[in-house]
Amino acid sequence: MTALAALTGYYLRSAFKSKFAVVFGAVQPLFYLVLFGPLLARSGVGSWDTFVPGVLVQLGLMSSGLVGFGIVFDQRFGVLERLRVTPVARFTLLLGRVLKDAVMLLVQAGAVVVIGYGFGLRAPLAGVLLGLLLITVLSVGLASLSYAAALTIKPELFPALVSTAVIPLMLLSGALLPMSLAPTWLDVVSRFTPFRYAVEALRSLFAGSYASSVVLWGSLVTLGFVAVGCVVGTRVFQRENT
Amino acid sequence: MIHVRGLTRSFGAVEAVRGVDVDVSEGEIVGFVGPNGAGKTTTLRMLTTLLRPTAGTAVVAGHDLFTDPAGVRRRIGYVSQNGTVGPFSEVGEELRLQARMYGMSRAEARERVSRLLSELDLEEAGTKLYAHLSGGQKRRVDIAMGLLHSPALLFLDEPTTGLDPQSRANLWDHVRRLREEAGMTVFLTTHYLEEADALCDRVLIIDHGRIVGSGTPAELKAAHGASTLDEVFLTVTGRELREGAAA
Repeated sequence: MTALAALTGYYLRSAFKSKFAVVFGAVQPLFYLVLFGPLLARSGVGSWDTFVPGVLVQLGLMSSGLVGFGIVFDQRFGVLERLRVTPVARFTLLLGRVLKDAVMLLVQAGAVVVIGYGFGLRAPLAGVLLGLLLITVLSVGLASLSYAAALTIKPELFPALVSTAVIPLMLLSGALLPMSLAPTWLDVVSRFTPFRYAVEALRSLFAGSYASSVVLWGSLVTLGFVAVGCVVGTRVFQRENT
Repeated sequence: MIHVRGLTRSFGAVEAVRGVDVDVSEGEIVGFVGPNGAGKTTTLRMLTTLLRPTAGTAVVAGHDLFTDPAGVRRRIGYVSQNGTVGPFSEVGEELRLQARMYGMSRAEARERVSRLLSELDLEEAGTKLYAHLSGGQKRRVDIAMGLLHSPALLFLDEPTTGLDPQSRANLWDHVRRLREEAGMTVFLTTHYLEEADALCDRVLIIDHGRIVGSGTPAELKAAHGASTLDEVFLTVTGRELREGAAA
């Protein structure tokens, strides 16, 4: 417990020391929010209440999905190994980082929602808070997988591969435009990506319908995703001689 | 302190370490000598729980390496040859984080780190970034990382590689003091034979994953009619260590 608190606090201090990193992780979704959102809201295809949930999932992918980049340096400079030779459980070493990422995402997501309200978001507060909870939980799975990928893929390939992989995942989630507009094949493909269910659940929460089957499915898929992410992440952290 | 029999590690078809036996008693400073690629670091990584042996038995610092790795980790310190701190991290903060990994409270960590820094002549280093330290200071910070919990057994992987002669001699003094003042057992790898000669009570020579010689520096020299460990090494392995290190 001492170790987990110390690790999380340490990573949070380092993250927020550089305000740049907090803003930069959210900069792409913010561009979409500010430069694309107004077009969508006036197009008649979507509204701020359907678009902001999409931006939140996009934020999860772009911010938490790319956190693995930082661990590459820790590995290269011997920091990871120095922590691995202490009695602290490998899972704790992973969790300390992931909790930091979850807090970071929550701050960024909060900012997105506030800006969204400025533009014309009308979602009820309860729905927004539940939505923030869902996206924060999702970020735990994303961050774990990101670290696992960073410790598995060649370090020089990681940024290119992962920043490319998040684009189709984001588009297939229906984050930008609802998948109800999609031709059948695209709709089918999209159902195989976990983030679609999170987007739909968030939209339902933002619309104020909390007990819908969409919310249930979104929560179940997200929890399943987080479980898989944590198992894979812990496995990779336990692996020797990385 | 270390009792190892038949320790083996293969990477795929390659046997990096082939059935190594090691015994180290409490309070000894033992040098593990061999060219690059001989299996020194692999052995050390196995003894420190970072690599799982393919075969063998090992009790390290009173705990079984296979069944109780966490027990081993609690009682050993390990300083790798690759550094321990990122260049733009503050040394004191990193040390305090490491101390807390051993269960120390924030106050205990602060107190322990400042005492350790002064013992290692690093008083001013605490508030500096790692990149701003000299080579000798960096190595001492790395060693401090392994000493926070006052381990019974300290592993040092090539502690003086890349240091100038003065920093090297200074580091030897610190290692000797650890043994004298804390009764610590030290197991270090090196490819400087004069270092092994000057610092170690006992030397193990490893080549191609096997122990090919062991004894006190004096015993080894007498047994091979040699005046330096370099000559011993040449006789035992059929080549110069430097040559091996460069290859």
